[in-house]
Amino acid sequence: MKLLECPVIGKRPISEFDYMGEIRIPPLAADEKTWSEYVFNRKGAPCSLKEAWYHRPTGRWYVVVRNTLTDEIEAHVDISEVQYELPA
Amino acid sequence: MPWQLLKYGFKRSHDEPRFFPEARPLKKHYDVVIIGGGGHGMACAYYLAKDHGITDVAVLEQGYIGGGNTGRNTTIVRSNYLTPEGVKFYDTSVKLFEDLADDFDLNIFYSTRGHFTLAHTDSALRTMRWRAEVNKHLGVASDVVDLKTLAEEVPYMDLTCAGHSPVMGALYHAPGAVARHDAVAWGYARGAYNRGVELHQKTRVLNIRTDNGRVCGVETDRGFISCRQVISMVAGSTPRITEMVGLSTPIEIYPLQACVTEPVKPFMDTIVVSGSLHVYVSQSSRGELVMGASVDPSVLHSTRSSFDFTEGLADKMLDLFPFVSRLNVMRQWAGMSDITPDFAPIMGVTPVKGFYLDAGWGTWGFKATPVSGKTMAWTLAHERNHELIEPFRLSRFADFDLVGEKGAASVGH
Repeated sequence: MKLLECPVIGKRPISEFDYMGEIRIPPLAADEKTWSEYVFNRKGAPCSLKEAWYHRPTGRWYVVVRNTLTDEIEAHVDISEVQYELPA
Repeated sequence: MPWQLLKYGFKRSHDEPRFFPEARPLKKHYDVVIIGGGGHGMACAYYLAKDHGITDVAVLEQGYIGGGNTGRNTTIVRSNYLTPEGVKFYDTSVKLFEDLADDFDLNIFYSTRGHFTLAHTDSALRTMRWRAEVNKHLGVASDVVDLKTLAEEVPYMDLTCAGHSPVMGALYHAPGAVARHDAVAWGYARGAYNRGVELHQKTRVLNIRTDNGRVCGVETDRGFISCRQVISMVAGSTPRITEMVGLSTPIEIYPLQACVTEPVKPFMDTIVVSGSLHVYVSQSSRGELVMGASVDPSVLHSTRSSFDFTEGLADKMLDLFPFVSRLNVMRQWAGMSDITPDFAPIMGVTPVKGFYLDAGWGTWGFKATPVSGKTMAWTLAHERNHELIEPFRLSRFADFDLVGEKGAASVGH
């Protein structure tokens, strides 16, 4: 069983998590081309991906940097680093 | 019956000639370079030579022919999709498949089994009625069947699904079939080779050179070759190729796993799929149960297998077929699926002139092998999209004109 080591709850089975994909900051004011690129296009090639994982039993979100070639978690990211302001 | 089998039976010596040539040096220039020697790449090469007389073609394959997703799928061929564009496209493929063995003079073990997609909920049944009507309208055999029919046709299945998710009905698709996937790739490869196409296995593409927005050649680990057209038919490696030409796509790579049990006497003559339980199963001509589920939960560029998969799959399989608890799993494996947001492929011309894409085949690529080869060959020859693939063009995302095939993929979408 694959485990995800979390800073708050320790090692938990990966099956307890929902995968929410890459975390990106949306273009808050954009033309249609930029917007469609944000909505659909993804970093498809192997890389270190900053992604969100949701732990269902505790309802907590985690942001990790994971290598999508080796499946290793490289770093935990503080949630404040991926926050952004909504336009007024 | 393929004639070759009869002739073979009467021959005194039974050694087979080589299917493919020994490795040869690469030429300096080809008209067309096909990246990826799987079913799609080989089919494209075959139809380029056969339909359009284009034979100055090199197929570059980093591993061996048919060793990627062509050799890793569960070989199901069907056309009971949800959208009219999907149904038309996949139905053309089924019709091509039915004649392949004669075209190749090679047994591809094409076996029309009938295909049941089980509904466990009202909403699933409603989608199936919708699918059946779309299919029938386009001339594809597809019917919603009740529990009585299911009990007669699949008597060994527990229709109560262990009591917690009773089956309510099913979509029945009579032309649903299985085929020997390796033979499909080999047949296309031999046909292409006999018509003058060059096949280069163990040849990896390192970069694609462009000049003024137009493709001019391909760098490989065996040297540079110049060419006029490049087509990428590499499924799970697509993002690595599109990165070389600076193209962004919506493709994400998720592993898809499958497994087979030890062989047993034939008892299952249909293909059974349950979208709600995320499981599909058929019995191979060798007697093994070939089983698959939905893709792994997160993006990963790897073909590793996991215990989580077999555990989860066995759980669902035992609900439907309790007696398989006595069978051992013999092999399991994974392929890299190139998933798109609308579960339809991405095919045809791209903003880079001379660079063509045949990708986004996710979990539904094998059944499209003949039609994708045929339409992409047409597209290369005419330098514009074939009408059957126009709905699957890359620019549909920028135009917010998606295909909406989501409801019809077998499982997990």
